[in-house]
Amino acid sequence: MTGFLTLLHKELVRFWKVAFQTVAAPVLTALLYLVVFAHTLEGRVSVYPDVGYTAFLLPGLVMMSVLQNAFANSSSSLIQSKITGNVVFLLLPPISYLEFFAAYLLASMVRGLVVGVAVLAVTAPLVALPLAAPLWALAFALLGSAILGALGVIAGIWADKFDQLAGFQNFVIMPLTFLSGVFYSIHSLPGFWQELSHLNPFFYMIDGFRYGFFGKSDFAPQASLAVVSASLAVLWVAALRLLRSGYKLRG
Amino acid sequence: MTAALEIRNVAKRYGALQALAGVSLEVAEGEFFGLLGPNGAGKTTLISVIAGLVRADAGSVRVMAADVVLDYRRARRMLGVVPQELVFDPFFSVRETLRFQSGYYGLRRNDDWIDEVMQQLELTDKADTNMRALSGGMKRRVLVAQALVHKPPVIVLDEPTAGVDVGLRQGLWRFIRRLNADGHTIVLTTHYLEEAEQLCSRIAMLKAGRVVALDSTRNLLEKFSGLELQIRLDRDALPEGSGVTAVAAEGGRFTVRLRDYAELEALLHRLREAGAAIREFELAPPDLEEVFLRVMASGDATAPSRSGRARGA
Repeated sequence: MTGFLTLLHKELVRFWKVAFQTVAAPVLTALLYLVVFAHTLEGRVSVYPDVGYTAFLLPGLVMMSVLQNAFANSSSSLIQSKITGNVVFLLLPPISYLEFFAAYLLASMVRGLVVGVAVLAVTAPLVALPLAAPLWALAFALLGSAILGALGVIAGIWADKFDQLAGFQNFVIMPLTFLSGVFYSIHSLPGFWQELSHLNPFFYMIDGFRYGFFGKSDFAPQASLAVVSASLAVLWVAALRLLRSGYKLRG
Repeated sequence: MTAALEIRNVAKRYGALQALAGVSLEVAEGEFFGLLGPNGAGKTTLISVIAGLVRADAGSVRVMAADVVLDYRRARRMLGVVPQELVFDPFFSVRETLRFQSGYYGLRRNDDWIDEVMQQLELTDKADTNMRALSGGMKRRVLVAQALVHKPPVIVLDEPTAGVDVGLRQGLWRFIRRLNADGHTIVLTTHYLEEAEQLCSRIAMLKAGRVVALDSTRNLLEKFSGLELQIRLDRDALPEGSGVTAVAAEGGRFTVRLRDYAELEALLHRLREAGAAIREFELAPPDLEEVFLRVMASGDATAPSRSGRARGA
């Protein structure tokens, strides 16, 4: 247990020491999106009756920040450790692959949630946001960060170079988040694209999270929860199998 | 006495390269053991298998009787490894690094021992310095400290003195000798054969993934290394008919190879009989470098020495 707690502590200290880059920067990015999109689209786009576009957008941006930062934390920590070689300090001690996974995962979730809460806090004076079903919002935030934390572990183990990881981030994570309905309701899309969006697990995370604020969503939150939980199970199993086999970590 | 390390038929292949081709050896508790071999001989792969960093294709390794795969938690607690590469985590100071490392081994409050190790390795005034700001030699000491946080009975050092200046090297060896005297088993790989000769009581030589020599340092020196004698006589040539031949001659100085000390007396006797007087005399004792070169040139040193004995019998 001490091994796991120490690794978790180290992972938390690691991102907290560079909080300017790991917390403040993503909060600023979310804020910029909010200001620019709200300025251009407020009053022109209406998704739900009685919900302004800015209010609609904000939970999407919060969730996007949670997901991207959860992914960034485990993936960048692992690739840095692999490239600098200091991952050996984690492979020599008697830490099991379960402890290893749990520590990286929890630290990722904390980073994602800290950034999410910070975005909410910073935008609170600007946007009045209802909170219709907070437990739904919390559930999707936890599950979403847990999924992306695990995906970050997988990507961090798989990638040998920083550009491979950047490729993963730019060609997988970014398109999936941008096409998940952060900025729009998928009901506004033509039929084919709507169907396609239903294949994107990120859509369910964002949609379910949004339900927590407005009590309304494109998809029933119970169904979204089922999809998100299934995604979680698949990625956890995949990440744990990689770690147990020692893939790219133990030659 | 139990074995600190029990390595049985360990094999490891990387694609076409057979890094380890069935290595077996035992290191007894309290030994100072040397693992020598040219680059690519498999030393680091073997250490990685012992440390659980690499999984062997075949064979088994036990550290203080704990199997490194089946009982990896106990095996890893028994083992401290100083890696060859100068690796560090740039986010942390020396003290943070050592505290985290202690925690990974399940030790919550370890500051007393951390302070002692830092003092022994002369790291105390760098305790709160970030790892990035340390010189290479200092980083090397932190690596040694990291391997010792959990007081492992078996310590493996993979070329700990590569690129380290003389002062630090000697300090490091004093410290490691003391650890050995305190009962720690030490396994060392180095390219400095002089160091191995001075420190190690027993040596294994690896070549292309196989053990080609395994014996006490003294036996290896006796078995494989001759004596080199340099003499200057009262004349410019070795006396004819004395039966003494030089392998080199330069400015009246002759180099004669002897197999062992017993041959020395016979040689002196023959020179005296031939009426030659010795003016200068220098005897170079056997050294590990020559043993190493001869073992590596001959391919497999364990086999020829056995067959040699068989022929003699």
